[in-house]
Amino acid sequence: MASSVPGSFAGIAENSEPVVDIADVMQKIAEHKGCGTSSDGGKASCGSSAGPADMAPEIWEKVKNHPCYSEEAHHHYARMHVAVAPACNIQCNYCNRKYDCANESRPGVVSERLTPEQAAKKVLAVASTIPQMTVLGIAGPGDPLANPKKTFETFRLISDVAPDIKLCLSTNGLALPDWVDEIAKYKVDHVTITINMVDPEVGQHIYPWIFWDHKRVEGLEAARILSERQLLGLEMLTERGILAKINSVMIPGVNDMHLVEVNKAVKSRGAFLHNIMPLISAPEHGTVFGLNGQRGPSAQELKALQDACEGDMNMMRHCRQCRADAVGLLGEDRSAEFTTDKIMAMEVEYDAEGRKAYQQQVEAERQAKVAARAGELDGLEAAGDIRVLVAVATKGHGVINEHFGHAKEFQIYELSGTGAKFVGHRRVDLYCQGGFGEEDSLDTIIKAINDCHAVFVAKIGGCPKADLTAAGIAPVDAYAHEYIEASAIVWFKDYLAQVASGAIVHAARGDAAIRQGALLAS
Amino acid sequence: MPYRIVASQCTNCSACEAQCPNEAISEKGNTFVIDPVKCTECAGHFDTPQCVAICPVDLTCIIDTSLPRYQGQPA
Repeated sequence: MASSVPGSFAGIAENSEPVVDIADVMQKIAEHKGCGTSSDGGKASCGSSAGPADMAPEIWEKVKNHPCYSEEAHHHYARMHVAVAPACNIQCNYCNRKYDCANESRPGVVSERLTPEQAAKKVLAVASTIPQMTVLGIAGPGDPLANPKKTFETFRLISDVAPDIKLCLSTNGLALPDWVDEIAKYKVDHVTITINMVDPEVGQHIYPWIFWDHKRVEGLEAARILSERQLLGLEMLTERGILAKINSVMIPGVNDMHLVEVNKAVKSRGAFLHNIMPLISAPEHGTVFGLNGQRGPSAQELKALQDACEGDMNMMRHCRQCRADAVGLLGEDRSAEFTTDKIMAMEVEYDAEGRKAYQQQVEAERQAKVAARAGELDGLEAAGDIRVLVAVATKGHGVINEHFGHAKEFQIYELSGTGAKFVGHRRVDLYCQGGFGEEDSLDTIIKAINDCHAVFVAKIGGCPKADLTAAGIAPVDAYAHEYIEASAIVWFKDYLAQVASGAIVHAARGDAAIRQGALLAS
Repeated sequence: MPYRIVASQCTNCSACEAQCPNEAISEKGNTFVIDPVKCTECAGHFDTPQCVAICPVDLTCIIDTSLPRYQGQPA
């Protein structure tokens, strides 16, 4: 298959220089906002960081405990994926099915396949150990709808024994129109479709082939069929009131600018949340893109594109691009506790009451957090055009509660005249890179949050404090164990006061790097 | 008779199993295998062998040169 041989996309690999022109993106935003796409009653709100205030109540009810749909929920609720669906019906240049490192964290990678019966047992075992587990997803490692028998048998078994768990699936969309009614039948009310293009000219550089009508179809024709099926599937989900989130992989020089068009196309067909993720690409993954030297976007390139698409539709910023067998809160993976051997030996008791009690406690925490944030908003109009990013070390619950040296990732908040807004996260964990050396971890952290003015921590040692300050990032430990957003706003007001008094001069920061490579499990 | 699966290439994804019109493919250990007696190279069913067309790893489902090519159903 000529098109899937590494090296045949040399034309893409040449685009290794940064290609996102921020001015160009801003132009696209302007066109996008003026495109006149009619949405029902303005903003297609919900998802991401929004709360009930700007979200249709029926949608909030569906997403509020779903960590992959609600940024706020992911601090409190966990999800798990069961890897019952290994077969796939398309080939993507960012995927290599032969690669399976136990320490790897990325879609398409899984250590252990399960039968539907094993999957149901695993869900019960996890639900009884982790009360915050509210969502069960099937995301491969292939395509769930290329394995319809296994996928729907799993849903059937789980809905019998644990009816309060929400079911969702993630698909490339090729087979989606054939299965929408089955999806509705099992009350799967969350579906994610990965849509990387709506133009076959773009798609031919992402998908070498699809398996369609008993043939392998390549090139433009493959991308045309795939795109038609994806959009048709999305329309059919919308007609049935099934929530659809769109995932897109941002591939600089291939589909980065085009994703604004994708955003328009999916918004107009009723998708309620768009998740633009950075390409994960490294030579050791053995993907076509990895071998060709196709780079992923920088942190600022990704943010600029997410901001560009945000006009009328909420963007998801907290995606961790997790494995198809991940277990736990986003950003943590407890799958090693639940291997098939262990779950088969576990005594499982489904504690519906305990789960309910936990969820009530979470609701109280959430309301306290929202109240704390609202109390600090007055006086922010002094910000004018000033916007700064800050990094936060947190273990969850919306609180600054992680030691700088223990943080495996930082959450990024943008502070401006309108308050504090979650805009992403940065991984800073150490990586196994197949023999590649580990760089200095503090240097790694500085690169990952280099676009931030400050980093909020529960505690920090003297050495990193000095190095961060030298790099122009203020280490802030004055708000240990307080709410993130309220603290960040108080800090920002102080920052603004110092700018106003001339004590400091506000200056923009540089770009930051998105880490590539395998996530160490521990 | 003639297709076989190169075990060292197989990712155990099971995609071929569902596509085979002869039910010649099954899981065996950590790989999938083709029953050479049942395999007809998809003759009479499809233009191209289905296992080859859907396999995500090239050169995994290959002609087994140690066996004669499929000659059609015996009378």
